[in-house]
Amino acid sequence: MSSLISVKNLSRYYGDFCAVNNISFELAAGDILGFLGPNGAGKSTTMQMLSGNLAPGSGEIRINGIDLLEQPKAAKAALGYLPETPPLYPEMTVNEYLDYCARLHRIKASDIINTRNHAIERCGLLDVQQRLIRNLSKGYQQRVGIAQAILHSPPVIILDEPTVGLDPIQIIEIRDLIRTLGKSHGIILCTHILPEVQAVCNRVQIINRGELVYSADMDALMQAQGGRYDITLAQTIDGNELATHKVFSEVETCANGRFIVSSTLPAEQLSRYIVEQGWGLLAFNEHRPSLEQIFIELTAGDNAVDTREAA
Amino acid sequence: MIFSIAQREFRSMFLSPMAWVLLAVVQVILAWSFFTSIDMFFAVQKELTTMQNAPGVTDLIVSPLYEAASVILLMIVPLLTMRLISEERRSKTLSLLLSAPLSITEIVLGKYLGLLFFVFTLVFLISLMPLSLAMGTSLDYEKLFSGLLGLLLMLAAFSAAGLYMSSLTDNPMIAAISSFGLLLLLWLLNINSAPAGSDSALSYLSLQSHFSVLLRGIFNTRDIAYFILFITFFLVLTIRQLETRRLQA
Repeated sequence: MSSLISVKNLSRYYGDFCAVNNISFELAAGDILGFLGPNGAGKSTTMQMLSGNLAPGSGEIRINGIDLLEQPKAAKAALGYLPETPPLYPEMTVNEYLDYCARLHRIKASDIINTRNHAIERCGLLDVQQRLIRNLSKGYQQRVGIAQAILHSPPVIILDEPTVGLDPIQIIEIRDLIRTLGKSHGIILCTHILPEVQAVCNRVQIINRGELVYSADMDALMQAQGGRYDITLAQTIDGNELATHKVFSEVETCANGRFIVSSTLPAEQLSRYIVEQGWGLLAFNEHRPSLEQIFIELTAGDNAVDTREAA
Repeated sequence: MIFSIAQREFRSMFLSPMAWVLLAVVQVILAWSFFTSIDMFFAVQKELTTMQNAPGVTDLIVSPLYEAASVILLMIVPLLTMRLISEERRSKTLSLLLSAPLSITEIVLGKYLGLLFFVFTLVFLISLMPLSLAMGTSLDYEKLFSGLLGLLLMLAAFSAAGLYMSSLTDNPMIAAISSFGLLLLLWLLNINSAPAGSDSALSYLSLQSHFSVLLRGIFNTRDIAYFILFITFFLVLTIRQLETRRLQA
């Protein structure tokens, strides 16, 4: 099956500054791809290139199999895009605005009302459809932006920080919406909120300083590493003392009585051993690397370089 | 598609007080100018009857009105064009158009057309005044329509230049000032150069020299071609400018 988005060797310079350097990736139907990166990593630049707002310096972008540079109109028809700042006209009502977007996407006049109502329903805008966009709260404006991106049911949807400014309930609603949309569309979710990616995405990519540094399936990432455990003890025990016990092949001390230990023993035997020692076992978990750890590992080193360069 | 953009542009002008205020101000000023010309016409009417080849109502009232309109709109049109592209870029709504299946040419033509609708409304309101004279006297319609065409072409040219200036900057104020400057310069070119009707290159570049020909009721392809070239030139520049912006930043 051909992929919905295929990006090959994409680069972009702003003057001498390289914002995006030789990125390649693909998006398949049914994928929700989390696109992560620290500020200024090139996330938005990449999204702007995918949506045709910026011309790429070099490389190839195919949307739904159509080359964006050679046939921009056909490629853009397969795309819904919510930029960082939702592109709203404050002087229009929600209905007027969505009708206008529908016309821009060449939706037949007879279908416009249905299309609009469908998007309004999906984004929970029923109560505000007659109101001026100017008077809506940030959360509702964000939803109008999402409605605009999914209006013409494009195969590919690109959402650049869709949950900014939403309250926790709205965030859950939007995440549910994204998950539902993910069943029938390919979605790129661009964000720096890690739990969001963990909650909705099935693939994750991390971009740092213009380069793609990490790309994995969420399932693979979330798989427990065999033989490593995360334990918390009530008693104050020194990590070195723990290490003298033969059952642990490796001990890593974290704060507040928490340790990450490696052991060849199966989990139930190890937990029994710890309980027998009378250390006051409070928590015992298989150790999973969190997205946060991976993210920090991959991007933190460079930030130190950044500060030095800035100084 | 172009029409959808134009329609939105036109409607959004009337959603802010700006369009209404501009229409009202222009109408009041021109009504005043119209009245003073009628007054003057009555004052000189007796002498006119004794003259041979005397200028008629159209020459003494309609042409001056259109000429005054062109000068006032030279200042007004930059206020209409200033937000067309720069505002969209500043509030980041341009990306809606750029990521929709539209070419940049369609975006630019749509915006230009929307503006022209407004300008035509303005000219229609202005023209009601001289047309009202038809109730009491006979007008030289050929001359009137030639002047009307001239005014429309002139304003279409102002609009094209203003649209280009608006594509250059994110700041509507700067767009307004620079388009006003450009239009004023094109006007002054005529005043400073040799007597009207001379064939100097500078005078040829001026918009007003071509407009005044049409006001005198002379329909010359040379002048029409000038306006059409002027408009096309600035529209193409605008399209190029937006394409370049996509490449640069």
